[in-house]
Amino acid sequence: MSKLLIKEKEIVVPGEALAEGMDYLPGTGTYRLNDKIIAKRLGLVNISGRAIKLVPLSGRYLPKFGDKIIAKVTDITMNGWIVNINTAYSAFISMRDATSSFIKKGDDLTKYFDIGDYLRAKVVNVTSQRLVDLTMKEPGLNKLRGGRIIKINPQKVPRIIGKEGSMVSLIKKKTNCNIVVGQNGLVWISSENFDNELIAEKAVRKIEQEAHLGGLTDVIEKFLDKLMGGKK
Amino acid sequence: MTYKKRLDGRDWEETRPIEAKAGNIPNADGSAFFRIGKTTAYAAVYGPRDLFPRFLKNPKKGLLRCFYNMMPFSGMGDRVRPGASRRSKEISMVMQKSLEPIVDLSEWPNAVVDVFVELTETDAGSRCAAICAAAIALADAGITMKDMVSAVAIGKVDDKLVVDLDYQEEAYEDGPVADIPVAMLHNTQEISLLQMDGEMTREELIKALELAKKITAQIYEVQKKALKDRFAQGTEKPKVSGISKGDDKNG
Repeated sequence: MSKLLIKEKEIVVPGEALAEGMDYLPGTGTYRLNDKIIAKRLGLVNISGRAIKLVPLSGRYLPKFGDKIIAKVTDITMNGWIVNINTAYSAFISMRDATSSFIKKGDDLTKYFDIGDYLRAKVVNVTSQRLVDLTMKEPGLNKLRGGRIIKINPQKVPRIIGKEGSMVSLIKKKTNCNIVVGQNGLVWISSENFDNELIAEKAVRKIEQEAHLGGLTDVIEKFLDKLMGGKK
Repeated sequence: MTYKKRLDGRDWEETRPIEAKAGNIPNADGSAFFRIGKTTAYAAVYGPRDLFPRFLKNPKKGLLRCFYNMMPFSGMGDRVRPGASRRSKEISMVMQKSLEPIVDLSEWPNAVVDVFVELTETDAGSRCAAICAAAIALADAGITMKDMVSAVAIGKVDDKLVVDLDYQEEAYEDGPVADIPVAMLHNTQEISLLQMDGEMTREELIKALELAKKITAQIYEVQKKALKDRFAQGTEKPKVSGISKGDDKNG
């Protein structure tokens, strides 16, 4: 006799029992205690078949192989750059992974990236001790010039991007902005028009705040139409 | 035998009104407000983040650090001297020990999670309020936790077992007073904090712990509600939630 104690998409807190009996399986964010499945963090319930997992609502970014993130240069070493990636650990971009152009021995690295620059990079290695290596040798990975950086809850990034990028392309189309969303919760917004940048930022903030609610695309579309309606 | 009725008119097994709220400090990664009677605790959680000084780093798992502080105006009329004291250091330590069994920081080697608890108003039971607030704030910060922890003080005034003593009762003069702050995990009912001030017999202690089970379960419900209300339909603005006569002046 197995029984679900919660509903799909319900918000649960740590220690809350999600299901009773051995017919359900604990997924990410949950564990089994005797015959119960218990939540291990604050999150939204997602039931797929027999497995129960939690979609986190808050928390720091944990670096993962293959993530495309936005990083800020904090220091320069002999052979590369140390960058802040908006988590508990800093990351490293070595000289050879940073640009395709040839860097001479003893060259001044600030010529390429200076302290304070924002870069778009990809995680290529994460060790058990969370030493993170990044690369920029891939199309679309470069230094971010101009624009603004805003910080959002990293757990809300999938909603900002939307299904196959639908949400972010909606904002791009409506506001005429260039937007780059890093998996680590940094968003870069740039536009020739200052007001549009602000509107795009507002939209991103709104998505962040209402990420756990349904029907978000329509809400944002109306929101953007309203804000952009006044001009053009 | 002279203690026939509680000084503030509560039942023997009744706590003071409890209110709780999550996410009230936007700048923090997680935050909470917890008030029981006239004891008010604000907790803010930062991290996981880089840890300094470096010798504290643990390459196996992240560190949990707690800071308990009473504000200068929080006492019963006397100014509380600001800064760390022997007492606040001890309470920071017992808080840390009572929260450590539930938080799982194995994903965050070398990092730290800082929990700051400020008490704006105190009327006994402040370490229990601090632990309750810290537990909500940790959950709000999205830290992996295997359980929730709730704390309450059980005591004996004269010959009566009472729940959640206030300062008046702690200072009761016509008989012996004992006071036991207890923190309990919700699912396993393991005890993660147990201190005692005063004297009690073995039988009374067992009774007191049974009582603690019942009361911490009630407090867990308040903590749970505070976290759920944070994400209530339509807004992410925190709402006050509580049990018994919780007035909405903080709403």
